[in-house]
Formats: sequence, C-alpha cells, structure tokens
Amino acid sequence: MADTAEGTSVADYSWPEVDRRGQIGRRRTRLDGPVKSTGFARYPSDQNPPGLLAAKILTCPHAHARIVALDTSAAEAIPGVRVVHVIQGEGSEIQWAGDEVAAVAADTEDIARDALRAIQVEYEVLPHFVTEKHRDRAPAAQPGSERTDGDPDAAFASAHRTVEQTLGMPQMAHMCLEPHGQVASWDGDELEVHASTQAVSTLAGQFASELGIPATQVRIRTEYMGGGFGSKFSPDRWGIVGAELAREAGAPVKLFLDRDQEVSVAGSRPSAFARVRVAADEQGKLVAWDSDSWGSGGLPGTGQTPLPYVFSRLPNRRLRHTSVPTNLAGSRAWRAPNHPQACFLTMASLDDLANELDLDPIEFLDRNLEFTGRADVYREELGIAAGMAGWKERWQPRKRSRDSALQRGLGVSIHTWGGRGHASNCDVTVHPDGAVEARLGSQDIGTGTRTIVAQVLAETFGLELPQVRVSLGDNRFPQSGPSGGSSTVGGVCASTRRAAQDALREVLTRVAPGLEADPEQLTAAGGRVFVEGEPSRSMSWTEAASRIGGAPVSAQGRNPGPGRLISSGVGGVQIAEVEVDMDTGVVHVERMIAVQDCGLIVNRRLAESQVYGGLIMGVGYALFEEWIPDPVTGRLLNADMEFYKLAGLLDVGSLEVHMMTGPGYDERGVIGLGEPPVISPGAAISNAVANAIGVRVPYLPLTPDRVLDALAGRGGIA
Amino acid sequence: MSDDAKGSGFSRRSFLRGGAAGALSSGLAAGLLPGDAAAAAAANDADGVPIAGPDPVEVELEVNGAVRRLEVEPRVTLLDGLRDVLDTTGPKKVCDRGTCGACTVLEDGQPIYACSRLLIESAGRSITTVEGLGSPEAMHEVQRAFVENDAQQCGYCTPGFVVATAALLARNPAPGEEEIEAGLGGNFCRCGTYMGIRAVVGGPGHGGGHGGGNVGG
Repeated sequence: MADTAEGTSVADYSWPEVDRRGQIGRRRTRLDGPVKSTGFARYPSDQNPPGLLAAKILTCPHAHARIVALDTSAAEAIPGVRVVHVIQGEGSEIQWAGDEVAAVAADTEDIARDALRAIQVEYEVLPHFVTEKHRDRAPAAQPGSERTDGDPDAAFASAHRTVEQTLGMPQMAHMCLEPHGQVASWDGDELEVHASTQAVSTLAGQFASELGIPATQVRIRTEYMGGGFGSKFSPDRWGIVGAELAREAGAPVKLFLDRDQEVSVAGSRPSAFARVRVAADEQGKLVAWDSDSWGSGGLPGTGQTPLPYVFSRLPNRRLRHTSVPTNLAGSRAWRAPNHPQACFLTMASLDDLANELDLDPIEFLDRNLEFTGRADVYREELGIAAGMAGWKERWQPRKRSRDSALQRGLGVSIHTWGGRGHASNCDVTVHPDGAVEARLGSQDIGTGTRTIVAQVLAETFGLELPQVRVSLGDNRFPQSGPSGGSSTVGGVCASTRRAAQDALREVLTRVAPGLEADPEQLTAAGGRVFVEGEPSRSMSWTEAASRIGGAPVSAQGRNPGPGRLISSGVGGVQIAEVEVDMDTGVVHVERMIAVQDCGLIVNRRLAESQVYGGLIMGVGYALFEEWIPDPVTGRLLNADMEFYKLAGLLDVGSLEVHMMTGPGYDERGVIGLGEPPVISPGAAISNAVANAIGVRVPYLPLTPDRVLDALAGRGGIA
Repeated sequence: MSDDAKGSGFSRRSFLRGGAAGALSSGLAAGLLPGDAAAAAAANDADGVPIAGPDPVEVELEVNGAVRRLEVEPRVTLLDGLRDVLDTTGPKKVCDRGTCGACTVLEDGQPIYACSRLLIESAGRSITTVEGLGSPEAMHEVQRAFVENDAQQCGYCTPGFVVATAALLARNPAPGEEEIEAGLGGNFCRCGTYMGIRAVVGGPGHGGGHGGGNVGG
C-alpha cells in the first residue's frame, strides 16, 4: 500500500485510500447491461456477414467404433451444399459418442442438416466403458502411486472416533448457453474469427498453427460471449474445421454446435469418488486421513483431487488415486477445477465425523482451523455466517426420528482459492478533448470485466463512467490473459491502473505550469485537476486535456508489475438450509448464506452477482445436474436441457451474501472471485440434508431416489 | 437433436411431405399471404389441412412493427427465420427444442418459443422480439429493471427472460410465486442471475437490500 494518502498524485502504483475512492468498491451497474437487455449486443453466434454459409457437424453415434466406410457423394449432390469436409475418414477409431466425423457448409442450416443425413457412414462398433463409478469393471483403470505423510496407521489406531464411507459425484456439463463455435471469414490470406471464447489473445496463434498461416494474419473478435465457465480456451477442432470450410468455400462460415453436441463433447467436469476414512481425538482434533479415490474426465481419466481439502496441514494421511478413462469426451476446466469435488469429499466426511463426536460442525471446524492456511479468515467468516444463519439458536444435532414429513436441516462448508491476476497489458490513451480510452486484448465473459476496467480508469482520472471508454475483445489490442481461474479481475485492474497512473502523470506534468505548481502537487478528482489542499487553483479535466498538445497522451501498463495492486488466496464460508420431504425425497434449498473475501472489491454489485451465480450453479450440481451415460449405448441419456436439469428461478431459495471488505481485506489488493463461491454449495447442501434426515446421502446430485435410498438404509453410490 | 434426427430419418421436411401425401405440394397455406393471393394459392390435404412446401413459400408477417415479406422453406422455424433471414438476432438459439426459453418472442402479444414454431405459422401475425421492446437509448421498463438489478451476466438468456418477464408483468404487475413459476419457469440461466430477475418481478427471496441503482458501497 502507498505510504501516503495523496490519491492519484503518488509516484508509485497503488489504490486510493478508502475516503478518496470515487469508483472502487461502488455498486455500479454493468456498462453492457443496456445492450444485453435489449438484444442489441451482437454475440459471435449473431454475426451474419454477407454471403454467410451455415455449417453443421456429423458426429459418431457410438462410444467406441472404427469407421469402415464413409461416402459423402450423396451429400455433395444436394443443391445448396457448398463444401463437405471429412474430419475422420475410413479407418479412424472413434473413442466417444459425439466425436466429429464430417462437416458440411451449405446455404442454410437446414440444407446442411439434409447433407449430414445423406452422408453414409459404416461403423464397426467396438466395446465401450462409460460408467466409471464402477471402478472394478473398468477395462483400463490406472492406479497411481500411494502417498503417505506421517503415520496414519498409528493415528487411526489411537483415535477417539473414526468415520469411513464412500462418497462421490458424477461428471457434469458446463452447459454454456451460447454453444461453442465461431464465424470464420477470409479476406485473401487474412482470417477473421468471431469466436465465443474466454481467450481472445491466445486463440490466434492456435488457429494459425493449425491452418498453416502466420499468427499475424489471424484476428479474433469477441465483443460478447454467452458463457464459458472454463470450457472455451481453445479453437477446438470445430473451430479449425470452420475456418477450413470458409477457406474452401470462399465465403464466411458460421459453425456452432447443436445442443446435444454442446452437452456431450464441449465441456464436462470430472467425476470424483473416494473411500474416505477420517479420525479425531477426544478433543475433537483431526488426527488422520486416508482416502482411496477415483474418477474420470472421460478418455483422459483424471488426476488426484487435492485431499483433504482446505485442511491440508493435517499431518497423518494416506492418499491413493486411480484414474479411470472412459469412452466419453475429455473433460475441461470447470469453474474452480477440482475444488468442488475435493470440498464435497472432505467437508461431508468432516461433517459426519463431527456428528460422531457429538459436536456442532462449526465448533468442530473451528477446533481444526490450525490445519488450514488462513485460520483467522475462516474463524471470522464462520462467526459472521453463523450469525446470519441464526445457527446457535436454530442448529440441532441430526435427527434420528421422523417426527414430520418435512424436515429441515443446516449444513456448513468452507473453501479456498488463489485468484491472482494474470499477465495483462493495457494501453490507456488520453485525447486532447478529454476522452479517455483503455484498450486490452481481454474479454468480458459475463463477469463484468468491461465495467470494472472502466471504473479503474474513471477512478484514476477522477471522472465518471460515461467519460471513459473500454475496448476489449480483439486480439489487435495489447495481449491480456485468458479468463480462467478468477485471474482476470486482478490482471486487468492492475495493468489498467498502471497505464492510467502513468498517463495521468504525463498529463499532470504538461498542465502543471499553467497552475503554477509541481506535477506532484496535482490531483485529478471530481472532473477537475487541482492543487492538493488548494482546490481554488484548479481547472476542469477538459481544460487540462486540451493543454496536452495536439497529439494524445498514451501509456502502457503491465501485470505483473510494481506496486501492491493485487494478491491471491481467499477463504469463504457457506451455510445451507434445506427442507426435505421424507415421503418423496425431494430436497428444497430454503436459504444459502455466503461469506466471502476477495481482497479489494472493485464493484460491490458485480462481486455479489458473482457470488449469487456461484451459489445458484452450486444448487444446480448439488440437486440436479449430472451426465447420465447409458452403459448399453455409451451415449448420454440427457444431452439436452429437458433431462439435464439446470436450477430454475424458484429452485434456489433465499440467497444472502456477505462480502468481507474494509481494513484487513482492502490492503490485499484485487483478488479474483469467479471460482470461490461455486466450491462449497455441494458440501454445504449435502451436510444440510444429512442434518435434516439423519443419514448421509453419499452421492451428488441429491435426487429424490438417492435420498429415499439413503433413508431406507440402501447406501452406496449407485 | 442431430443424432435423433438422423437415427429416425425424421425431419421437418419429411413430416411436411407426409402431410402432403396425395395432394398438391407446391401451394401456399392459407394466411401466408393476405387476401386473394392466399386463397388462390392454398391447397389442402384430404382432411382439409393446408399444405405448404417443400419448396420455398412467400410469407408476410410483422416483426417489431415493420411488415416483412420473405421467401422461406416451410420447415424453417420462426427462430431461424428471425435470426438467419431477417438478421433479428436478439432471440437466441440455445436448446432449439422448447425447453430453455432463450428464443422467447411475443406473437400477437403472447410469449412463445420461436424455436418451436414454424415461421409460416406466424404468417400474418405480429412478432415482437426483445429488440422491439426497447433500445439501449430508450429501454422498456423491464429492460431497465434488468440493468438496474444486474439481472444478466453473459447475457445470452437475457433476451428470452426480458420478453417473458414483460409478458408476465403485462398480465399481472404483481405476480405471486405460482404466476412467476408459470411465467418464467420455462426460462433458464446458466450464470446464475436469478436474484436479479426475482428482484425485477418482485418475487420471493429477492431481499437482502441489494436492489436499486448506483449507490455507494
């Protein structure tokens, strides 16, 4: 933090003190709200350049097969079909249903579909495996090496209480509403791609290397995009195919996946199962952890989940993990990769152990915070969350009897994330008319990046939001990192702040003589430039800008860079309250409470929206969402939106968010927030259900059949 | 739906052809064009059901206040016609089978899924998309409420939600929980903007004191 309180006139890079902030921390409405709410925002899938062709992809219906014969002649003969492109020809071995076989570009989407139906493919169907929860049946399970720390056997032997059970959660889909895809257009050897991507600055090189052209000839545009959640970092094969179709057809080509393809191949979160044993001593202190885990991210299998989650300093532990490849499309990074799974496996186990110890789970967590990396943060947050929930008055031990058809319960979970800002470059330009612009090759994936960059600009120059312009979504702008891992807000705020402070210093240097002052004495605030402490010696921002000369002033800022603008490492606490219908097994989330830190908050409203969004997505995977592969056909039974259930408007109960801000948090600088709030809901809701019904439902999502099975004593992860 | 369609050999084209068995297939359905032209061009099957296609037919309808005449194959959905032919891209194509609500438009004031209507079915009718409700410079009150309550993130579900919400509030300015469920239960958001949307419709659980415009944090 700066050692002075001189606002924007300090000579280093810092955020203004709390009483001098005009923008940072405020509740600003998002700048692209009006274009989004009126349908005027043009997403990549909305681009309709002249001469546009529609492309569709033929996928393999088998989970494992070899292509014996492939004949496209009938498709090519259909009027209106422009290009038929074989992606995987005769002899290819297909490893998952939904893998791409051929593509067609045609005058209309309906004609392209006609052509797909006319392509004759003969498959030799091969054996497949798609149900990784049955690890013992997997043909290609890959057991990893065992890792042991301390002496878990001795610790278990002398422990006061031990719980042991198998828990798990299935693969689930990203389900981006705008499917993966792009509109590709060629002008000679120059390619322009309107891509629905989280990675504007890195996509060009990937397109270029696949297409055999220099990266300088690839332009990526993403003004808006309809959701990524970790699944949209690369061009993907359909992106390259789309560009090839466009090149061959000599016309722009729009290629977006159909919904069944989107669900099946364009993004899933790996599953995680584990036989967990965990023990505590008579004081309620954790003494040992043992987990034998497995899971799958489709064909690539999956790596070890970080266990035990958050309580990573637990001394005695043994970890084994088995990767289980399946004939399903490879998983992708899903919002907070690995964390929701690790959180559920850990927090559900600890909750059951607290129950065995006859301890309030919050008290139990509190007694063991020394095993976490940020005990003070969790302790404070647990206290706030418990207060908001009325925990002390309302929490009761697990019920053992069914005294009524509707049972309520409370559950708690804690989580962590890094969220350090990524590499980012930003150009800031001040024009002689006073207009200020930031340009950066970043993207707003719905989190509000455009808005928070504008706030940093306006804050630095002492202006209001309408007086600044933010340009992003174009790889011709200075390179900025992909939006993943909650890294964007820190990266773009830091690069923008540095560029803006440098540009402002240059402006102040040029106008200082007119105010008969040193540049260091000048401050920009409230639309004016004035001598600090002597507001009468001032001029308007417009007047100041007009004195910079005929050419604009510009500066480039980078992240990482000097000054304490960002950091990383956050903790969060969530409490869920559920109502369970003991007769039907239906779980309703009545209320969720989220207490979250993320360092210095740039926009309070958008920060809360991120947390609400994480909670709602969390209710989805806790109660409804799962890939359901059919063991017979190897295809997903629910590659749609009817039977792949998202949470609806009234499914999510009352949500209450408390952001940790102010002294002790602001000094840490900006830290990302997209991932943390989605980590705990599965565990918190599962724990609340266990509290309500008296037994653990060992598997997510908490569907009625699983709840009834658990109540009937039919455990297991079926 | 591509695999299903391939597997069964079922398509909108074959469906329409089936309906046209034994009858003229080149005529226009009644109502595609106003007045005499429609009557002259109409053909019916044995049950008196009007037949159109499979060749392109001329259709006239009103979109956001402007009369539009276009030539489309009868199998083209209202959504594809709006997006691909008329370049009206506010309505979004997400599930393409009447589940998610992102394509919701008003037909003669009633909310419908544009993906589940053939464009020829809307002939002679008035379609209002999200763009027809207001513009960024002159927003409809529902659109403004979506902005002020941060009821959008990526924004891809927003056009459908805005249209469905406008229809709901036009029917009932103070809907109860059941009416909200009926009016907006057919729309899904992935980013998780339901708190904002509930604040817009005044539904349950939107409390927490986070509504309102730009106020200091």
